[in-house]
Amino acid sequence: MITKRIIPCLDVKNGRVVKGVNFEGLNDVSGPVELAKFYSDCGADELVFYDITASAEGRALFTDILTEVASEIFIPLTVGGGINSLSDFDRVLKCGADKVSVNSGAIRNRDLVREAAKRYGDQCVVLSVDVKRVNGVFRVFAKGGRENTGMEAIEWIRRCVGEGAGEVVVNSIDTDGVKNGFDLPMLKAVCDAVSVPVIASGGAGSIRHFVDLFSTLPQVDAGLAASIFHFREVAIEELKQELRAHDIPVRLG
Amino acid sequence: MIAIVDYGVGNLFSLRSSLVAVGAEVVVTDDPCVLRAADKIILPGVGAFEDAARKLRESGLDTVVIEEAKKGKPLLGICLGMQMLFDRSYEYGEHRGLGLVPGSVRPIADVIPADLKIPHIGWNALHFGGKKHPLFRYLNEGDHVYFVHSYYAAECEESVIATAEYGAPLTAAVARGNVMGCQFHPEKSGRVGLSILRAFAETEE
Repeated sequence: MITKRIIPCLDVKNGRVVKGVNFEGLNDVSGPVELAKFYSDCGADELVFYDITASAEGRALFTDILTEVASEIFIPLTVGGGINSLSDFDRVLKCGADKVSVNSGAIRNRDLVREAAKRYGDQCVVLSVDVKRVNGVFRVFAKGGRENTGMEAIEWIRRCVGEGAGEVVVNSIDTDGVKNGFDLPMLKAVCDAVSVPVIASGGAGSIRHFVDLFSTLPQVDAGLAASIFHFREVAIEELKQELRAHDIPVRLG
Repeated sequence: MIAIVDYGVGNLFSLRSSLVAVGAEVVVTDDPCVLRAADKIILPGVGAFEDAARKLRESGLDTVVIEEAKKGKPLLGICLGMQMLFDRSYEYGEHRGLGLVPGSVRPIADVIPADLKIPHIGWNALHFGGKKHPLFRYLNEGDHVYFVHSYYAAECEESVIATAEYGAPLTAAVARGNVMGCQFHPEKSGRVGLSILRAFAETEE
């Protein structure tokens, strides 16, 4: 049986891993390569690297790090941040990424998902969506959660999956950084709408939240989090033991 | 020396790095002479069968791979590289494979319940069904490896050396003498995957 995936997310800026609460007030955590190795050793099923630098120097620094991580870590690597074109796909895939996550780039360039899926395969294209409730409606936000695009989120996700996105990361801005649990109603709405793997993001604060996620919504494939892993508030080994104790299939050791 | 066949399909960075990590001497090559001189060959592959099979044929490396395999040189196909070892694939039409392992490649959708997602993506457990092939000598029954695929190898019962359960027992690995194949990605399967590559690197001709 396929196991539920636990995915630490590493936001990288100027060669360091950072994580903010509600996307603001970034704190420096650790070196990406050490963190990646640490996570791989303790049972992370996949790693996501988000490049949150805007400058060209930052980009070059990021691909150097990616190359170094990919030559030492042998689990799937997903890369996101600043992916706006097929040449961005090319740039990170050459450095060892297995999947590429698109967010604002897919909103700006409506052909990106389709073209990338055609060239690299659906399995390579991950749609990442920042979603927030506005007057009770799920809206897609762009630019790291700062800008309301006005688009209805479920419709947007359905459209991108139809064009070839092979997985969807749903990041709830409403629960992100609050550590009060994943946004189960939002995730259920997405799972009901698409048949590709759905990755839950935003809101995990404890082991209990992952147990609730997979028990309540068995159709969710993976849970993604950052700060709780970086600050060791949740240890991945312990999290997986606890999931297994609740009969949720996981990969141990 | 292990030669990874470079025929313009997919990213060979991780595969190369993972072999280096297990101490193997490795070369990524599109040169027939290098393939002939190598002790072992790995045939990688991602994407669509038709496109990859065409690129392999156009490179002319298909005949080299077949010749070397028939001489007894250890050959490991990975993912689509495994699927290409078979006689044919029914991925969007019907396409000819290398014919090194009897069988065909068919849609997973034909054999699994409709509520399961396709592709079969993520970590799944390997089952060896009694006897363990030397490729898995460092593994335990139930060890997990990383899969991403929408098609599977069928009509190849006598060559199957491992399966993974996904609504049906899917072919996870095959072997026919010196010709071996993994549907999953050993180079993305952590410690377990590396130990499979180490076992392949240690295979005697």
